[in-house]
Amino acid sequence: MIPLEIIPASIRMATPLTLAALGGVFSERSGVVNIALEGILLNGAFAAVVATHFSGNPWVGVLAAVLVGLLTALIHAVVTVTFKADHIVSGVAVNLLALGATQFTCWVVYGNSGNSDRVLGLSPWNIPYVEQVPILGQILSGHSPLVYVAIFLVLLAHFLLFRTVFGLRLRAVGEHPLAADTMGVKVILMRYCGVLISGVLAGLGGAFLSLNTHYFVKNMSGGRGFIALAAMIFGKWTPFGAAGACLLFGFLEALQMFLQGGGVPTQFIQMIPYLATMVVLASAVGRATPPAAVGRPYLKEAD
Amino acid sequence: MKEKGGKGTFLILEILSPAVAFLLALAMGAVLILSLAENPLHVYNVMFRGGLGSIDGLGYVFFSATPLILTGLAVAFAFRAGLFNIGGEGQLYMGAFFCAWIGFTFPSMPSTLMVPLCILFAALGGAIWGLVPGVLKARFGVHEVINTIMLNFVAMLTTNFLVNHVYKEPGQMIPQTKEIATTAWIPRMAPLLQRLHIQLPTSNPLNYSLLLALMIAALAWLLLFKTRLGYEIRAVGLSHKAAEYGGIKVGATMVLSMVISGSMAGLVGVNEVLGYRHRFLDGFSTGLGFTGIAVALLGRNHPLGVVLAAVLFGILNTGALEVDIFTDIPRELVMVLQAVIIICVVVGDQVFRRWVSRRLPLQPHAGFFH
Repeated sequence: MIPLEIIPASIRMATPLTLAALGGVFSERSGVVNIALEGILLNGAFAAVVATHFSGNPWVGVLAAVLVGLLTALIHAVVTVTFKADHIVSGVAVNLLALGATQFTCWVVYGNSGNSDRVLGLSPWNIPYVEQVPILGQILSGHSPLVYVAIFLVLLAHFLLFRTVFGLRLRAVGEHPLAADTMGVKVILMRYCGVLISGVLAGLGGAFLSLNTHYFVKNMSGGRGFIALAAMIFGKWTPFGAAGACLLFGFLEALQMFLQGGGVPTQFIQMIPYLATMVVLASAVGRATPPAAVGRPYLKEAD
Repeated sequence: MKEKGGKGTFLILEILSPAVAFLLALAMGAVLILSLAENPLHVYNVMFRGGLGSIDGLGYVFFSATPLILTGLAVAFAFRAGLFNIGGEGQLYMGAFFCAWIGFTFPSMPSTLMVPLCILFAALGGAIWGLVPGVLKARFGVHEVINTIMLNFVAMLTTNFLVNHVYKEPGQMIPQTKEIATTAWIPRMAPLLQRLHIQLPTSNPLNYSLLLALMIAALAWLLLFKTRLGYEIRAVGLSHKAAEYGGIKVGATMVLSMVISGSMAGLVGVNEVLGYRHRFLDGFSTGLGFTGIAVALLGRNHPLGVVLAAVLFGILNTGALEVDIFTDIPRELVMVLQAVIIICVVVGDQVFRRWVSRRLPLQPHAGFFH
């Protein structure tokens, strides 16, 4: 029998995934494949802990994570959009850079490259009145503020992408950059926007990861950037779809905690999200259509 | 469409671009070192002296280059087929475990049978781990990048389970399997080199797996550039549609490329298990599969380039240990350098290409391996 706590735990586990997946939606809708999400999550997680360590205020940590996420995404944007290099190679390089840079800096700050000291986390928000409702309160109230921020951002992302001129332009450069360019949309600028927004969102996701556990541990993103990408594909490149898929993956991750100690070796339980990602992807591809120009650099002279 | 002048320019591009990228990465590393109030010249001096300053150091360079030749080849080979295999890490764990399993399960097997069988199983372990993303790509069109990454985690967890719960050496705290039979050991190169008056200390771990890695590099070159299969693989890498129109089975070629790529990464187990540790140690790889990506890119996805790049990274890795001990800079500096090298290579490549295409009537390339 799986207890009720699995629902709030799923929501918690889904939060960093959702933020990264939203980032993926913005980036890929603008035409840039972003497997650098993994590295952005990692850099964000580390920045949050270090900034909290020095300031004593976890909100400063959140701000630092967002800034560092933005800067990490900027590297990916410069390499892919300005220099038109292969998106996946660039993403892999950014991920390796994040892996090396966080361990390097962790050594500089804490004297070992494996983990940080403990820091303060964000204090949970209790929603007035709702928290007193028996089951609902247990599920919805008492989460980290970033959980509510993430929920708000899903709604905002949907509104931005599908109800504003900005969103229309962003999607246009991802579908048919030449046509968008002809209509006067600045392709390069919109793609920068898409990638940088993904940096902000994934950076925020990283902050949640490390502030929630109060530590930075090396490579703590643990493939979540890639799982988020799978969720984005499963969610057909839409904010609601991606968030829904992230809830599924969050549930699987939460399931691990409740299955542990139940006789099944922990290694097999820990495999569940990774294997589920593969299964979900194999079933999603073919039914989901990516933005038409995703992964292709925009070369005016070549078209 | 290749003119004579064009070929010369291309050769410059192929050599100059990685060289500039490497120097640029060192320059950026220097800024990082300066920010920690250390002297970059001193740190780089320590780093390069570590690998190049003695015969012992050189032995370590080639020992460290051995697995990188294999993972670099694995990435480069898949690249040629238009596939990005970032699952080298998982493939080498499976290969190493398969290899060790033969080694400690059949202790009475004669050496002449044992060593080849262990090598075969190392390749097999990697091949299986390459087969899965290959099939998923060919049959369902799932991009291999996410699947190979996911399989890295699955391989690490699987071997972690096998080592800790099934094959753990009794009475040991260290998560490792029992020792493989001595008949499976691949000897070190020091005795031979000493007879040739190269004074490599007997303690140096350099072993004959290096020759295996070089042989695989030569085979990869032959396969890619001198056989029909290699031609088909490169055709698929350039254009699926054109290859299919030319009668090449695109799906099967992709799967086969991933299997060959995975088996190359799996052979890392030979150096680690048969040549060095003589057992499977949980989590032994320090990102060898990922470093292979940098090796392949720096080596222009060409077997000879991969070997040279692997030796260069061997120098960096060997130097990193010295830097760790003798300066106030952590060895993780090398990890940062590797990533910066990749970025510089891909950016440099695009810049050079544009420069070339402005002077020659060539099509600008859309992507790195397209």
